Amino acid sequence: MRALIIARRELYAYLRSPLGSAIIAAALLVDGILFYFASLDTKRLSAQLLTQFFYDSSAATMVAGLLLSMRLLAEERQSGTITLLNTAPIRDRDIVIGKFVSAFGVLTLMNLLTVYMPLMVYVRGKVSVGHILVGYLGLILLGAAVTAIGLFASSLARSQVVAVIIGAAVVASMILLWVVARAVNPPFNTFFSGLALHHENYRPFMVGTLQFDRVAYYLMLTYFFLLSATKVLEARRWR
Amino acid sequence: MIEIQELYKYYGDRRAIGPLSTRIAQGEVVGLLGLNGAGKTTTLRVLACDLLPTSGSVRVAGFDVVERPDEVRAKVGYLPDRPPLYDDMTVREYLSYAARLRNVAPSQVKKRVADVEELTELGEVGQQMIGSLSHGYKQRVGIAQAIVHGPELVVLDEPISGLDPVQIMEMRELVRGLRGAHTVVVSSHILTEISETCDRILVIDDGRIAWSGTEAELSATLKQGMRIALTVRASGASAQASADKARAALAGINGVREVEVLEPAEAGEGIASLRVAVTSDVREAVGQSLVQAGLGILELAREKELESMFLELLGEGPEQSGRKRRKKKQSEADAAAEAAAPSPEPS
Repeated sequence: MRALIIARRELYAYLRSPLGSAIIAAALLVDGILFYFASLDTKRLSAQLLTQFFYDSSAATMVAGLLLSMRLLAEERQSGTITLLNTAPIRDRDIVIGKFVSAFGVLTLMNLLTVYMPLMVYVRGKVSVGHILVGYLGLILLGAAVTAIGLFASSLARSQVVAVIIGAAVVASMILLWVVARAVNPPFNTFFSGLALHHENYRPFMVGTLQFDRVAYYLMLTYFFLLSATKVLEARRWR
Repeated sequence: MIEIQELYKYYGDRRAIGPLSTRIAQGEVVGLLGLNGAGKTTTLRVLACDLLPTSGSVRVAGFDVVERPDEVRAKVGYLPDRPPLYDDMTVREYLSYAARLRNVAPSQVKKRVADVEELTELGEVGQQMIGSLSHGYKQRVGIAQAIVHGPELVVLDEPISGLDPVQIMEMRELVRGLRGAHTVVVSSHILTEISETCDRILVIDDGRIAWSGTEAELSATLKQGMRIALTVRASGASAQASADKARAALAGINGVREVEVLEPAEAGEGIASLRVAVTSDVREAVGQSLVQAGLGILELAREKELESMFLELLGEGPEQSGRKRRKKKQSEADAAAEAAAPSPEPS
């Protein structure tokens, strides 16, 4: 599958450039500092500490996801290397999937590197393995959705800076839908809170509850933005 | 190999090419010649499936670029005017990546990369990062990626752009080396370049094929023959006096159609530059007359630049042409603005 050829090349680019390492290091540092301060509160239960950890990590995941994905297509357009992909016998969807897999892989690696913190809580406190696993599933799903949004933004822009601004605007808007949900009457409040990127959909994962409709939400969101990025690439050939 | 029928490509309301129809046979080396903005790059991008046509039919090796783009892409190698290179990869890694993207079997990748490195003389820089290469080597890597999968058609957009004279000679050799194994389409705005490397020339103007044939046929087609660029010097005289003297010396030569005095090509006392339009090759006679008239010849060369030959082909002088072209584009833009309607795409 040629998407994997592209994914391999992108992973290689993350490893060679300081960008990937810098983003991972910064996110891990922020995660570690927040965890340290959260753990200073001795009145907090270990399950609450774990919930707080997944809450804090979600912010680092979203920022890192946007930063890792901003270059994926914008840089190719800026440098002209998109022509190599456009003129190779490869579908636009494979280009998008290959790019997505690489950034998502790096982001997932970053999230897995934080596992020592929940393990410390597990060893010293009373939390279930299920809580940890479900929390990480939530982080990974959130990361996939944000990476897809970032990739879509990257397909729209030629500049990485513009791409990250567009991506951040989309992510922020989707997070703030829960505010909209509070301001409107039923049934629209349910509709908007159901669409919110973080609040209603992410909270169950934080507390270790696996809800399949929340899993489906993140998968559909990821699919929607990957499909949108593919359509942008296809449309560009007709311009 | 290539069949283009009634091809149109619009960017918004602006027609970039069309109507454009032509055929290119298997094994031909064809040069696409035209001024900047004439539609060369757009035509090549359509051939390489980088862009899709607005209307019309383009078939490469029997496959339609809209209906079967993957089959076309597998048979085409494309070097855009700006080679699509990753600075953070070595030449060998990059060529392996390009080969895998283009359906080369994993077991064949190493051999294909070695073959194109040898053909394009990249072996010595195979392990170097692309970002550290000179412009000439980058162009070579660009050509190497275009042929690494053994395509039937190689499309090269301005391959000598930005190269120094030595690199230009090497690039010509490289393009000539593709003859036989591939059908090659090369674009350039420099007639000499096209005539040095191509079997046939397609002159493209305003998105249409204005003329097609060999260089010899092109010269024969030009009713008014060629132009000679002259720079002369008369000691102790003014530039105007030198020009007048040269004009008088040329007046008696059979075959001289028109003499135009230009700004002196170089600074100095008594130096004048002229452009002589002739109906046949009378360069020897021109030289003799100037010497007999007591003028020193600083330059006497046949103008083969597109700017003169191409405009002659269109029956326009350079200045007229520029004005006409601008006027035409302006009127097209005005018409489009007035219409304020959807793109006038031909069906």
